[in-house]
Amino acid sequence: MLKSLSWRAATLSVVLFVLFVGAWQLATSGGSTALPPGMDPEYAKLLGLGATQGKSAMPTPLEVGAKIWGHLRDPFYDRGTNDKGIGIQLAYSVARVALGYLIAVAVAIPLGFLIGMSPLLYRALDPFIQIMKPVSPLAWMPLALYTIKDSSTSAIFVIFICSLWPMLINTAFGVASVRKEWLNVARTLEVGPVRRAFTVILPAAAPTILTGMRISIGIAWLVIVAAEMLVGGTGIGYFVWNEWNNLSITNVIVAILFIGVVGMVLDLMLARAARAVTYPE
Amino acid sequence: MSKGYISIEGLARSFPAPSGSGAATTVFRDLWFAMDKGEFVCVIGHSGCGKTTVLNILAGLDDPSAGVVIVDGKEISGPSLDRAVIFQGHALLPWRSVLGNVAYAVSSKWRGWTKQQVEDHARKYIDVVGLKGSEAKKPAQLSGGMKQRVGIARALSIEPKILLMDEPFSALDALTRGTLQAEARRICVETGQTVFMITHDIDEAIYLADKIVLMTNGPGAQIAEIVVNPLPKERARDSFHKHPLYYALRNHLIDFLVTRSKTFAAEIAAKAAEGRPHDARRPPVILPAGLEKPITTLNGSGPAMAQSA
Repeated sequence: MLKSLSWRAATLSVVLFVLFVGAWQLATSGGSTALPPGMDPEYAKLLGLGATQGKSAMPTPLEVGAKIWGHLRDPFYDRGTNDKGIGIQLAYSVARVALGYLIAVAVAIPLGFLIGMSPLLYRALDPFIQIMKPVSPLAWMPLALYTIKDSSTSAIFVIFICSLWPMLINTAFGVASVRKEWLNVARTLEVGPVRRAFTVILPAAAPTILTGMRISIGIAWLVIVAAEMLVGGTGIGYFVWNEWNNLSITNVIVAILFIGVVGMVLDLMLARAARAVTYPE
Repeated sequence: MSKGYISIEGLARSFPAPSGSGAATTVFRDLWFAMDKGEFVCVIGHSGCGKTTVLNILAGLDDPSAGVVIVDGKEISGPSLDRAVIFQGHALLPWRSVLGNVAYAVSSKWRGWTKQQVEDHARKYIDVVGLKGSEAKKPAQLSGGMKQRVGIARALSIEPKILLMDEPFSALDALTRGTLQAEARRICVETGQTVFMITHDIDEAIYLADKIVLMTNGPGAQIAEIVVNPLPKERARDSFHKHPLYYALRNHLIDFLVTRSKTFAAEIAAKAAEGRPHDARRPPVILPAGLEKPITTLNGSGPAMAQSA
């Protein structure tokens, strides 16, 4: 039953995909290059009508497919500032996300531990966290550019600040809500505070912490595209904006697909890590 | 009062009123009670009389508002590896295997031991509770009874001076409970373990205990009396209820829980009027009415025996 369900779901996915591509093909192949009646084809060519008339900049699926193939065949070429392979651009973005995210992990988890263990800190820091959490990370960009004075580092800072809150809140919450009886077990066994933190609190809170980390990586990957559009230079966000300026809708569509695939891979990695630390009760 | 192995002296616990105004609630007050090494003591009373609080104080997880607990000649302060707790809800760490849970306790007690020593010791106690072969399982893969066996193995593995049990079998179905009670008794008798157990199950108390402490209703609960269990030390789970003394004891306990636990204050007043005031420091140690003397010699002689009224 389960197997047949997944089989049916896969079939439906393929059908939907074919329908979508078909509709796309129909929508973009319309608007024929037919010339106004009675016009001499040579004259029309002279006017440039044959090249543009009725033809949208929106590519057909086949054109996009060809472009993807082209990018996949040579993802790492580098022909100057405005012409780098999509692999290089994605690598820049992933590197920025990784750096900002890891710094956020290094700050959020120890700090979240402290906040979670101390009801005093929990209450004292709560107003700040609640105010900072809903701020769009891009709002920090001018402040970052002004103080850091380096656009690439500013992008990393923006990633750091947007990854911080979900991890901080989840770590604090996970640590604060460790079951009392598990802590009592540690107490009756005279387990010291450091050993207790690593053998009881950390494993107990790990699923909640990993959930926060998974939310954070998702947000970070959303934010990096926008941040790179602003700071420019390199990265997949810059690539999208640059191709828009080149009016290469094909490349924009290709970039959207690649952004989606990389985001999915990042999420899957965190989901796998979360599964590894989850315990059934 | 003769100092026992464990001595509870003038213990009281009160909680401040929830809103901050009004009088504090005194759950229990002026508890005096001693038990000897190797004794199995059950405390019964209605919920709200502070049984669990007494156990938590003994475990060092809670602090008394007044009074002290002395174990083996030393006043307790905080939790200790000398006093193992079997929790009501088993409290196993779900991310650790059966062996991991027991080994965690063992390595907490003997910090210098090698991994091999810790595991060997843990396996020994997993064997004692009959879980050989399930060492690698996670608690979620075990039935309720098996989980509680792991809890017992964990508590026994640190070889405590006292075992504290907080209604350990109350969450189990009747059949499993019976089996586990029998095993708990066998293990405790074999090892000469001193046990302090909370229960609200009269049959459980009769089957397991050498002495049964009766607490009056809270707030302001007291120890009403200490009943000496007249059943022989050798009792079988399937036949102890046919013992000729069983019903006398059971009726006495039920009478207490149903009526006397509520009206104990009046009972004290009546006795005081007769010139026999209730002395909280020496709660009467009694045999149920109709029994002349205990069938077996009881180890550990408490304060003077008195016949129940």
